[in-house]
Amino acid sequence: MAKPIELVVNGERRRIDVEPEMPLLWVLRDVLGLTGTKYSCGIAECGACTVLLDGEEIRSCATPVSEAAGHEITTIEGLAHTHFHTLQEAWIAEEVPQCGYCQPGQLLAAAALLARNPHPDDAEIVEHMSGILCRCGTYQRIRRAIRRAAGTAKGAAS
Amino acid sequence: MSDVVLISRRTFLALGAGAAGSLVLGCRITPRDAATGTAPVFVPNAFLAVDGEGAVTVWVPEAEMGQGVLTALGVLVADEMEADWEKVRVEQAPVDPERFGKMSTGGSTSVREGWEPLRRAGATAREMLLTAAAARLGVDRSQLAARRGRVIHEASGRSVGYGELAEAAAALPLPAEVALKKPGELRLIGKPIPRVDTPAKVDGSAAFSIDVRRDGMLHAVIARCPVFGGTLKAYEDRAALAVLGVRKVVRVPTGIAVLADSTWAAIRGREALEIAWDRGEAAAWDDARIARYLNERAPAKGVEARSEGPTVAGAADGATRIERRYSVPFLAHAPMETLNAVADVRPGRCEIWVGSQSPTRLQAEAAKRLGLDVARVTVHQMFLGGGFGRRAWPDFGLEAVEVSRAAGAPVKLTWTREDDMRHDLYRPASLHLMGAAVDPTSRRVLAWRHRLVAPSILEQLWPGSIGDRLDEMAVSGAKDLPYAIPGIHVDYVMANTPVPVMWWRSVYASQNAFANEAFLDEIAALLRKDPVEIRLELLKGSPRLRKTVEMAAEGIGWGRSLPPGHGLGIACHASFGSFVAHAAEVAVAKGTVRVLRVVAAVDCGPVVNPDTIAAQMDSAVVYGLSAALRGRISIRGGAVVEGSWADYEPLRYAEMPVVETRIVSSEESIGGIGEPGLPPIAPAVVNAIFAATGKRVRSLPISGHDGFKAWEA
Ligand code: FES
Ligand code: FES
Repeated sequence: MAKPIELVVNGERRRIDVEPEMPLLWVLRDVLGLTGTKYSCGIAECGACTVLLDGEEIRSCATPVSEAAGHEITTIEGLAHTHFHTLQEAWIAEEVPQCGYCQPGQLLAAAALLARNPHPDDAEIVEHMSGILCRCGTYQRIRRAIRRAAGTAKGAAS
Repeated sequence: MSDVVLISRRTFLALGAGAAGSLVLGCRITPRDAATGTAPVFVPNAFLAVDGEGAVTVWVPEAEMGQGVLTALGVLVADEMEADWEKVRVEQAPVDPERFGKMSTGGSTSVREGWEPLRRAGATAREMLLTAAAARLGVDRSQLAARRGRVIHEASGRSVGYGELAEAAAALPLPAEVALKKPGELRLIGKPIPRVDTPAKVDGSAAFSIDVRRDGMLHAVIARCPVFGGTLKAYEDRAALAVLGVRKVVRVPTGIAVLADSTWAAIRGREALEIAWDRGEAAAWDDARIARYLNERAPAKGVEARSEGPTVAGAADGATRIERRYSVPFLAHAPMETLNAVADVRPGRCEIWVGSQSPTRLQAEAAKRLGLDVARVTVHQMFLGGGFGRRAWPDFGLEAVEVSRAAGAPVKLTWTREDDMRHDLYRPASLHLMGAAVDPTSRRVLAWRHRLVAPSILEQLWPGSIGDRLDEMAVSGAKDLPYAIPGIHVDYVMANTPVPVMWWRSVYASQNAFANEAFLDEIAALLRKDPVEIRLELLKGSPRLRKTVEMAAEGIGWGRSLPPGHGLGIACHASFGSFVAHAAEVAVAKGTVRVLRVVAAVDCGPVVNPDTIAAQMDSAVVYGLSAALRGRISIRGGAVVEGSWADYEPLRYAEMPVVETRIVSSEESIGGIGEPGLPPIAPAVVNAIFAATGKRVRSLPISGHDGFKAWEA
């Protein structure tokens, strides 16, 4: 086995003993027990497994853990401790989730969007968020919640 | 027989509920027992408790799969009992059929069945707390009012909290009569109350079964024969066992399970297995053969479902006849959370963690397989990452049990996306032979015929259950055509194939409504009638559905002038006790259909939570559009071709139409909401495509339509 890999997950330093090519998704879920990051396809098609790597959104199912070593990883469990907790509040205010399974990925993708573009317009939201599937059809509310968090809401009914 | 009961201390403990001195009531949300049709003995399956601190807990037997059922059912209790909603928790009732009866979630029944009993239970608690308060305060009961968790004596300004009254109330006899609130007195019902499961769903703490971890747990995947009904000939696991992290390879009834330290290692181990399958007879089936088979069955005389008035062939001289064939493909459920379950089989007992729409069925079948008493099998109900009907079948939970038993360890069995798509039980493909006779002079429809040719879900799941009798489930939505047409003839030809089938959101309404509503549009065109006008005329006897058509048409701006390439379409359907019309605006340009806007008008009777209704309309429209635009499960060599989101791609963000929900305010009987929004979306869209292009789409998905690429406005 290769030497232990060091990760920084939600501000905490973690040392793990796994193969370098194991996808970050399974390291988070099965090794570290951070099950908020979801599996849905494993081949970068749906975004359920989205996490932030140094603030950039990545598909953790298609990212070997070795590539994440030494970088700051933010998962849904850590989002509340960043300034993007406003997204979670907006998600609650707009009653976004249905089954909820895709929502960790949606929230992290939204955080990456706002990090780059604090006041996105509708077209930018749609374009950025189209990579994250929701089988329950919560898209309209996601847009409203992002606008609310960005302070660009046209009012609750927009 | 009383429909609300006081719960004994013993039962109460089984709920895992808190301290003594609580008032606990039970009531029953009746599961429909289609098999026997008998009224079950009164066994409560929903509960409420008020403890000494005034905290209220409501236990409900339904699974939360995104439809907001925990909140809706909790609100029914809390409103009637005048609880302080801030102090109400809603939990999943324990899976314990002996004590609490059977459980299942499906058919959009939860709120419909809970509407009466849960409110009655809440009202009973309120009455008992009021009576206890009268004794405590030494005043007449009639001078007291219950308000947000307290009983108030307005004359003196004194009040006492529910917590202080719970113990005394629990010692009272059940009141013989309780009055439910009048509509004007409701405080929570009808309001957009925030969902109780939302906070956990935005911070990653909501626990789905795929998130369960147990000490010593191994992660498993199963290699199954890709061909339906195929069997194992031989396998070689040396290479699989050599994969780092793989612990075991075991045989289970459905294939070969690979167990490992991580899901990833298990998947890699499975890739290293060498397996020889006996592919069996289904290997000779593919799409072409299925289509041929349905078409060959079509001329057979079906089992009659409805036969009234003149037939199409026998309609008066001078009638014009129109005949059309419609068809739809098999569809997968494809919830975002792939199927999975955690099982821990030990000598003499078994525990299962699962998101199940039928936990008691899973429990009973697991007990049978293990030779255990049902009471020795514990099922923990988790959040469901989408159900859509798929999680009503216990197969995936039973597989986890088998793997745990064979491996002698707690196991999390995960289906990969490919497994989930290729080993589903599918929405049946179907063929619809539609016919009508119309009088061109009076511009009236004289007769209607609908012959449905499709696999029978019930007969395939339980061979012999239908035989040569009518499958009522299959003809739902076809038989009960709501239109006032003098002659209506509906029959059903069973056409089972090796492809396993099951209920899929809205069951057969998704096929039958498509055929009904698209065909009615063709009749309208033949009679030179407006599609809204013909529906309003023919719906005279169905005022609730008629009203939704009016509202949807008005909402979309029916009749307004549109840019080139745009079209408006309308369709309506009544199912699961509710009435829904969708009006859709589409834009068609070369090779693409974009649905821009959908106005969903719904009458589901009294509204429990308008926000949930809007969410369910969004959801049904997205689920239905994903299917209508490009959803198709194809069969080649007896196996499913599609295996990924790229092959079977749900609607993405950029394709989301604006969906606006309009709710009919209604005091009529209450209906379901999870499913009724689905059936009218596909026909509304194909009707809009016709309005935009003059092209009829008679087979789904729309993307598979010949000439689709060449369409122009
Ligand atoms: S699970 Fe990673 S993109 Fe689907
Ligand atoms: S909320 Fe269910 S998949 Fe998005």
